[in-house]
Amino acid sequence: MLGRPFLALVEGFGRIAVLFFSAMAWAFRPPFRLRLLVKQLEFVGVRSFWVVVITGAFTGMVIALQTYYGFRMFSAESLVGGILALSVTRELGPVITALVVAGRAGSAIAAELGTMRVTQQIDALASMAVDPVQYLVTPRILAGIVMLPLLVVMADFVGYVGGYFVGVKLLGINSGMFMAKTLELMEMSDLMNGLVKAAVFGLILTTVGCYKGYYTSGGAEGVGRATTDAVVISSLAILISDYFLTAVMF
Amino acid sequence: MIELVDVCKAFGRQRVLNHLDLAVEKGETTVIIGRSGGGKSVLLRHLIGLMKPDCGQVLVDGQDLARMNNRQLKEIRKSFGMLFQDAALFDSMNVGDNVAFPLREHTRKRRAEIRDIVEEKLASVGLSGVSDKMPSELSGGMRKRVGLARALALDPHIILFDEPTTGLDPLMADAIDTLIRDTQARTGATCVVISHDLAGAFKIAHHIAMLYEGRIIAKGTPDEIRNTEDPVVRQFVEGRADGPIKVV
Ligand SMILES: Nc1ncnc2c1ncn2[C@@H]1O[C@H](COP(=O)(O)OP(=O)(O)O)[C@@H](O)[C@H]1O
Ligand SMILES: [Mg+2]
Repeated sequence: MLGRPFLALVEGFGRIAVLFFSAMAWAFRPPFRLRLLVKQLEFVGVRSFWVVVITGAFTGMVIALQTYYGFRMFSAESLVGGILALSVTRELGPVITALVVAGRAGSAIAAELGTMRVTQQIDALASMAVDPVQYLVTPRILAGIVMLPLLVVMADFVGYVGGYFVGVKLLGINSGMFMAKTLELMEMSDLMNGLVKAAVFGLILTTVGCYKGYYTSGGAEGVGRATTDAVVISSLAILISDYFLTAVMF
Repeated sequence: MIELVDVCKAFGRQRVLNHLDLAVEKGETTVIIGRSGGGKSVLLRHLIGLMKPDCGQVLVDGQDLARMNNRQLKEIRKSFGMLFQDAALFDSMNVGDNVAFPLREHTRKRRAEIRDIVEEKLASVGLSGVSDKMPSELSGGMRKRVGLARALALDPHIILFDEPTTGLDPLMADAIDTLIRDTQARTGATCVVISHDLAGAFKIAHHIAMLYEGRIIAKGTPDEIRNTEDPVVRQFVEGRADGPIKVV
């Protein structure tokens, strides 16, 4: 006996996978919808810029503060720079950025496609011989995969700068030591692996948003439900997949 | 020629279409009447392949839509135009872009040419100079007319209308009916119209078919339907709550 919820979960997984793979197959078949892609790159990426900068900066700042208080007990304050760089590039940059973008863009994608579904705009596309998956889903998922790593580079950068500011300017750690330990502890692969995570998270949050929106039913209430579900499910999926990606990569 | 042969469609336990047969004559208008929730929209969606039947065939010029792959469906849909119940205009585009959409997707016409066709189609539904408005700025009747202009953009051979007059005031409803009748006469297209507005149906139809309990229980010319002996059809046509159809 597997139980209904488990079966529903497996079925949901299957349907998400089918949507994802058909969207990706459409990416390689004409017509190439460059203008729609650019619009989504702008929506997912450019318009998340400031919120990512602010969350990134404060994340770096609080990490510097916390590690400083911890490491001061062993007179190891100089390690703050290295720990900051590692935790931001490996974990906090990708995860926090992805959660923020899931809340901002993932929910908006679900709401937009959900509204198009319940007002029959998706059927209208199909009736006019345009594939709705290619028209609506493909550009959004591509935008997620491309834009999340770029946003995370930004978040990593401002996170480190914010941490540097707190550690060196406010708490008085020696600037040379701070930098030296950063270079000693961190490797290029830490940054790169973080960006791979970011791309996976970008894929997850846009695919879940598209899936929930595309299969919305039940009017305005259904759109509301799809939007909430998109955020909850993609947040869970991001955190769970983060564990497994970390286990594989580091 | 469109033919539905022995079509079934169920959602879970609910049987919506139950071994339904219907033939739609080429170049004429067939109006399908029936109760709300009776499966009229489901029937119409089968005609353009938006839904696939559980059993049976949907034949368009002899080809079975139910067995087509995506590419074949796409090809055949280019000869269809469909007006949805609430027009289903793209609310992220203005009126002009909505009407231009199928032209941009499926023709290699130039910008100026498309603009001219859009203006012409909008004029033919009595809406000139609204190209730059957004759908949200329009009244229900105007939205339907823009939806009609969009459905006509590619000069389709087959036009499907899902409740084109529901929710409109009687004058606007009559204007839309006139538009449908004139469009059909002008283009010679095969039209399938879903409606529960009997007055409108009698005005535009060459044939009227009644959908009841998942089947077409009667089909005939407007006169035949008006004078039918069938108690179910009589009750519907006369609009009485008492009779063989259980209303509540
Ligand atoms: N996609 C669907 N999933 C489940 N049930 C549906 C779906 N589409 C229609 N139905 C059901 O089929 C019945 C007929 O619907 P419809 O064809 O829209 O009726 P109408 O004659 O008013 O157009 C309704 O009871 C509706 O709930
Ligand atoms: Mg309907």
